[in-house]
Amino acid sequence: MEYLLLIYNNEKETAAMSQAERERWTGAYMAYTQALQEANVLRGGNRLRPTSATTTVRVAGGKVQTVDGPFAETREQLAGYYLIDAPDLDAALSWAGRCPGAQYGSIEVRPIWAM
Amino acid sequence: MSNTDAHRAAEQAARHSYGKLIAWLAARSRDVAVAEDALSEAFAAALAAWPTQGVPAAPEAWLLTTARRRLIDMARRRHTSETAGDRLLLSLEEAAAEAGTSGSVPDQRLRLMFACAHPALDPAMRSPLMLQTVLGLDATTIAAVFLVPPATMGQRLVRAKRRIRDAGIPFRLPEQEDLPARLDAVLEAIYAVFAAGWVDPAALDQRRHGLLDEALWLGRVVADLLPDEPEALGLLALMLHAAARSAARRDEAGAYVPLSAQNPSRWNAATIAEAESLLLRASASRRVGRFQLEAAVQSAHAARRNTGGTDWAAIMLLYDALLALTGSPVVAVNRAVALAETAGAAAGLAALDGLADAPELATYQPYWAARADLLARLGRSEAASAAYGQALALEHDPAARRFLAARQAALPPQQG
Repeated sequence: MEYLLLIYNNEKETAAMSQAERERWTGAYMAYTQALQEANVLRGGNRLRPTSATTTVRVAGGKVQTVDGPFAETREQLAGYYLIDAPDLDAALSWAGRCPGAQYGSIEVRPIWAM
Repeated sequence: MSNTDAHRAAEQAARHSYGKLIAWLAARSRDVAVAEDALSEAFAAALAAWPTQGVPAAPEAWLLTTARRRLIDMARRRHTSETAGDRLLLSLEEAAAEAGTSGSVPDQRLRLMFACAHPALDPAMRSPLMLQTVLGLDATTIAAVFLVPPATMGQRLVRAKRRIRDAGIPFRLPEQEDLPARLDAVLEAIYAVFAAGWVDPAALDQRRHGLLDEALWLGRVVADLLPDEPEALGLLALMLHAAARSAARRDEAGAYVPLSAQNPSRWNAATIAEAESLLLRASASRRVGRFQLEAAVQSAHAARRNTGGTDWAAIMLLYDALLALTGSPVVAVNRAVALAETAGAAAGLAALDGLADAPELATYQPYWAARADLLARLGRSEAASAAYGQALALEHDPAARRFLAARQAALPPQQG
């Protein structure tokens, strides 16, 4: 099954990291991504720019409305994702638990709706 | 072969094999609801075929073969993706080859129980799921057990099964490192079934009748399949100790008899002996846990059969250990009761006073009953009467209510 690991953390907190902390963080992500690759479970993934770069679009009454900022104001923001292929939820949860983002925020594990 | 014989054979197969068959079918289809549908069609086919063709030599294997065919048919009809369908068919056929050779169905009920007690499922739905999938109870019966309207329970079960399928909750044993926590969830769910049966000793609600046996049966499955897990043995020992005293909770007239007033000769000696030997086996592993400690408390109470007295100091030590392990206010109430026996009612009451902040105790009947008893012993009749009133307001069992009301009525006028 494919699962999307949605990485949520508090942008203000991650922005306020010290240089040393940021280096540790980046290193941890590189190691984690490599582990996913070596286990042949990685199907995709990206880091996202902060919500200050976000635009939300919806169509109301046939008119496109554009709003700067995210869809919902929340304490933690979507910061990135991995798409993985895991045999079952336990395997996916185990990968999610090892994601560096789990130490700073939370990882939402969503199964992909197979078509 | 008469119709009734075929019916009886089908019923017996249902009783003995239901969980095993669902476990096997669900592990292959990864879908509990689909497994249930396939099996119920197989039972219908059995009821049609067995009266005329006779009951097969291996009814379990017959049912499995029939249900498996239904499963494959359903997968063909239903599957949304070619690849997913192909993969499913492949795993079904592999599994059929593996099961077909021996003629007996491999026992995978433990895997099914781990799926039902998965951390990704609402804890409140774990016991209902087990009752339905492992024991085959219907939603109406389960609803009665957990005091929920039948339609609500039906919906919750459907949603929980859908979640198992959609989230990809596995039907396999957890990794070794996760086993203790995951096993604990399974044991908790079984104990919740036992507790639901325990509160209705007279089985006033017929649908709750036999629930203690069902919980014991689940406990035996886990203890048999995980013989080296001390907590699995501990839970079974705990339930057996309680079950041994189940009948002694009422006298001939149906009146409630508290543990301290029970006649040990009415306890079931064989059941106690089985519990003791399980606890001994569990202790050999030197990995103590909550269920073993609770079973040890029950064992200390059971010793009154032989010694004529209760070793409250030993019980205190066990509750100390349990409290350190769980931090549970319910354990703290029991510990306070034991303390009252070793250090006097005032000490026990002081311990209860220290728990007054725990919100869950406000609606916990044994807390108020214990409080009432200790206040009565200290001659504080007015406060005791109020506490009995609280206990009565929380008690549903008529016999226990009569007992509490009689105690309340017998309080002497308070001096000074």
